[in-house]
Amino acid sequence: MKANYGYKDGSGEYFITIDTDKCNSCGDCAKACPPKVIVMITNDYDEVVPAVSDEHRKKIKYDCAPCKPISGPRSLPCVAACRPVAIVHSW
Amino acid sequence: MVEFWRWKEYRWTAPDIDWRNAGIISCGIDVGSVSTQGVIMTDGKLYAYSNMRTGSNSPDSAKRGLDWALEGTGLKQENIHFIVATGYGRINIPMANKAITEIACHARGANFMYGPSVRTVLDMGGQDCKAIRCDEKGKVTAFLMNDKCAAGTGRGMEVFSDLLQVHIEEIGDLSFQVDKEPPPVSSTCVVFAKSEASAMLRKGVPKNEVIAAYCSAMAHRVFSLLERLGVEKDFGITGGISKNKGVVDRLEKELGLKSLTPRYDAQIAGGVGAALFAKSLVEKQRAGA
Repeated sequence: MKANYGYKDGSGEYFITIDTDKCNSCGDCAKACPPKVIVMITNDYDEVVPAVSDEHRKKIKYDCAPCKPISGPRSLPCVAACRPVAIVHSW
Repeated sequence: MVEFWRWKEYRWTAPDIDWRNAGIISCGIDVGSVSTQGVIMTDGKLYAYSNMRTGSNSPDSAKRGLDWALEGTGLKQENIHFIVATGYGRINIPMANKAITEIACHARGANFMYGPSVRTVLDMGGQDCKAIRCDEKGKVTAFLMNDKCAAGTGRGMEVFSDLLQVHIEEIGDLSFQVDKEPPPVSSTCVVFAKSEASAMLRKGVPKNEVIAAYCSAMAHRVFSLLERLGVEKDFGITGGISKNKGVVDRLEKELGLKSLTPRYDAQIAGGVGAALFAKSLVEKQRAGA
C-alpha cells in the first residue's frame, strides 16, 4: 500500500509517501526521526508499518523543516535510515 | 426558519431478509464529522441501515445510529456478533469491538457497492476527502487524504446551501440550469469561497451560476487530489457528495471517466465496509475456536 500522508495548501504540496509493500517493519525510520513525525503502527491489515502520527499530520511542512536545510546536501534521516527505500517526501 | 442545509435523515430495511435465519449478524458504525451511519449485515448481505446527523458526542451518535438501524426489525444489539466502528469518531465508541480506519472501510464498502471492478474510490465526506486505490478484494493499495481543510467536502456544501438559501438536495440540478458554464470560484476554501460567492451575488450574478461556479471549483479541487494519486478504471465515488450531480458530473468531465452507479446509497459505504470487516472478524474467531 502506498500511504500518502500530508496535505496541499496555498504554499505547496507536502506529502510523505510510505510504501508498505517495500517496508520490512524494522522501525529504523521511526527511531531516526527527531520530532517523532514518523511512528510505527499496526495498520488495518495487521502489518507493522510506519505512519505519520496524527499529531504531526497537518503540519509536516513545519515539523519536517528542521531536517531540510535550505542549502547544502539534503539527507533526510527517515529516508536515509530506510534500507528498503520505502519513504519519499514530495517536497 | 428553513434550514436549507438540512438533508434528510432516513433508515432502511431489506424487505426480503429475515435476520433470524442468518449465521453471522455484523454491524458497522461510521461516525463521521457530519453524518453517522449504522449498518447491519446478515451473512454479508445488507439488512438494515440508518443515516443521520452526528451530534456533538460520538458515543451518543453511534448509539442513536445503531438503535435507529435496529428499529422495527426485532433485532437487538445483543444479537449482533461483532461491531466495527469507523470514521472520525471511531476511537471513542464503547460498544464497538474494534475500530478500523475509514480508508480501509470505504475501499471495502466501495467494493461491495460497485462490484470488484472498482479500482479508484473517491470518498467525499463531511469534513475531509480521500482518494483511495484498491484491488479486486477491496484492499487498499494506495491512498491520499486531505484532512487539513474542508474544501471540497459536504460541510462546505452545507455552508453554501445556507448562504444561497437553496435546499442542499437541489444544488446539483440547479447548477446545470445556467446559460453558460461560469468559471469556477477561484478559492475552494469554504470561508473564502463563501465570501467570493457573496460578492458574486451582490454583483447580480444569478444564483444558479454561483452554484455552478462553486460546484466546478469543488470538482477541480478533488480532481487535483485524484491526479496526484493516479486514477485507474473503474472509478466510484462514496460519501454524501456522491449524491450531488453538480459536482459529480463536472468531476467526470474533468477526469474523462464516468463513475459507477452504486447498488445502494453511496453515503453508507464506510459503514458497509466496517460491517464486512466485522463479518470477517467473526469468521476468523469461529475458525480459531
